[in-house]
Amino acid sequence: MSTVIAPSWRRVRPGTVVTGALAWAAALVLFFPVLWMFVTGFKQEAQASTDPPTWLFTPTLEQFQAILGRNFTPYLLNSLMATVGSTVLVILLATPAAYALSLAPVARWKDALFFFISTRMMPPVAIILPLYIIANNIGMLDNITMLSLIYTVMNLPIAVWMIRSFLLELPKEVLEAARVDGAGFGTEIRRIILPMIAPGLAATALICFIFAWNEFFFAVSMTATNAPTVPVFLTGFVTSEGLFLARLSAAATMAALPVILAGWVAQKWLVRGLSLGAVK
Amino acid sequence: MKTKSRSRTVLAASVAITTFAAACSGAGAGGGDDEGTVTIATVANPQMQDIEKLTSVFEKEHPGIEVKFVTLPENELRDKVTQDIATQSGQFDVVTIGTYETPIWAENGWLTSLDEYASDPAYDVDDLLPPVREALSFEDRLYAVPFYGESSFLMYRKDLFTKAGLEMPAQPTWHQVAGFAEKLHDPKNKVAGICLRGLPGWGEVLAPLNSMILTFGGQWYDENWHAQLTSPETTHAVKFYVDLVRKYGEAGAPNSGFSECLTATGQGNAAMWYDATVGASSLEDEKTSKVAGKMGYVPAPTVKTDHAGWLWAWSLAIPETSQQKDSAWEFVKWATSKEYHKLVGEKLGWTRVPPGARASTYETPEYQQAASAFAEPTLNAIQNVDVHQPGLHEQPWIGVQYVSIPEFQDLGTRVSQEISAAIAGQQSVDEALAKAQRMAEETAKQGGYQGN
Repeated sequence: MSTVIAPSWRRVRPGTVVTGALAWAAALVLFFPVLWMFVTGFKQEAQASTDPPTWLFTPTLEQFQAILGRNFTPYLLNSLMATVGSTVLVILLATPAAYALSLAPVARWKDALFFFISTRMMPPVAIILPLYIIANNIGMLDNITMLSLIYTVMNLPIAVWMIRSFLLELPKEVLEAARVDGAGFGTEIRRIILPMIAPGLAATALICFIFAWNEFFFAVSMTATNAPTVPVFLTGFVTSEGLFLARLSAAATMAALPVILAGWVAQKWLVRGLSLGAVK
Repeated sequence: MKTKSRSRTVLAASVAITTFAAACSGAGAGGGDDEGTVTIATVANPQMQDIEKLTSVFEKEHPGIEVKFVTLPENELRDKVTQDIATQSGQFDVVTIGTYETPIWAENGWLTSLDEYASDPAYDVDDLLPPVREALSFEDRLYAVPFYGESSFLMYRKDLFTKAGLEMPAQPTWHQVAGFAEKLHDPKNKVAGICLRGLPGWGEVLAPLNSMILTFGGQWYDENWHAQLTSPETTHAVKFYVDLVRKYGEAGAPNSGFSECLTATGQGNAAMWYDATVGASSLEDEKTSKVAGKMGYVPAPTVKTDHAGWLWAWSLAIPETSQQKDSAWEFVKWATSKEYHKLVGEKLGWTRVPPGARASTYETPEYQQAASAFAEPTLNAIQNVDVHQPGLHEQPWIGVQYVSIPEFQDLGTRVSQEISAAIAGQQSVDEALAKAQRMAEETAKQGGYQGN
């Protein structure tokens, strides 16, 4: 494993400056809506929907107070349960599955791999009604465990594919050397493989976390009063009568905080994991 | 070593799963589905948020009943409630539905008849505005009670009219309105002559457009369910609408619905706006509107009919699948009662009293004073609606700006997309209507309407 090499200014060439500027421009364009959402959350409703947009205003916490007054906590707890629960489950299930599809391939592993990803090819709306009826029949409608299981199934294929790609990057020599040194299967997994793919696992977990946190369709369809999550709470501000942009922005800012926090905590690992240079 | 570490991994995994399962009993946005809990599905509109705020008063008066809300935007709510009722899941004890759904769902046997409940003299069912009550009935039985109702009227900027030396007649025609729009259209100063919806959706562009089609003498179907979307009257109306909004309408009209027009008008970017009467209460709210006090309100513009307003009422109904019908009615009764209107007036302000539901609201001095700008035009607009025959011709369904058949959600949405494309200039009105006519004819044939 080598550490990521920080770009050094001594090696700067004109081409790097241009691509660097482009990267920054792209990042700003992508980030702007998030910034605008954040800023809008501190406006009054009338200021939030002016044409041209209002740039200067006295910030107010009115919108945030109104949101806290609407019992945000249960939605937050539900989201945390569904997201953390499903992410843990996904990693626990996907890691051995990825192992069996890469380092120790089972028979017909290509078919198995395709089968995993094929489950993502059907649009969720095509399965919602059977899912709803099954959940209703087994008494799991409006239940956070059910939602967690759905998110687990939803994220499992992606996680298997991602973790598999990290496993494939492991240098064969390292594993062979470990075996020569007498490492058993368990030691190999715990002491060699898991530490080496840890950044990859973190990246996978974060992606699963984000997907589950932001998921709306299943959440709105499968829950009512007991298990609605944060995205469902957000839509409660979308009205067809009257202005709602400022309040919705404030609510969305609050909803985005946990993901931003999780991303920030995992940042160190993420850069390595996401750039797929995890084990090289 | 091997077996030991493997069993340890298994142990760790099972501990994690158990912890996870234990943590997942559900936080609940209010609790479980125990006895005495009434679950209400509502739209995320301001009036509904008010009721959520005041529910503690109801719970205090009814100690055995706990109320929980599921608040969603209109389309999500409609999908969710339909799904719940059609699969008999019974998650909701009270559902918020409109005048479109009520007769259809009543015919399906999904709703509890409210006649017996509503006959309670204290409830004073005769106080409900007659057109709204008729729209919420099926075969003379009442299946929903209005939380608030709306018609449509023309809202205009009195200051801009005075400045331009124009005078709005007490009952304008569409041709007069088009003339005003031409004179007041001022894109340089970001003022559109008129704001009209262009956003696809049967509840968006089709609402004002269909009320215009009716007053031009057109219709969607004749009494034998033959589509009439390419008839000369319908074509004339649609061309008039599309021309008006393309020439003197707001910028970005194909993406403008009620909310966008409300924002445009409220921010002073439109001289006129033809839309729902509930728009007025937002325009007169000084906190969010720059045009409060500058607006005038006249009845929906007409051509061949005497009146041209539409009718809609967000209403409360009790699904047949509810296990708590009596408790549910207690809530419905409270939320649509005179006492509730008084409570809103005293606690939240009289302009926030649900409009268009009860005649007595309009006799309350406090309301008359607070809503003096729009109370009377709203009441008149609603009372003038004939839900059985809003246009020149007889129609085989009850309703104004929609066709009350289940297929209309899909048909209306597809037709509205064609209209919106015509407003965007991607096709001509004739092309749009030719497609719409085919869709409407096919829908009537496949639904078996023409055979009966």
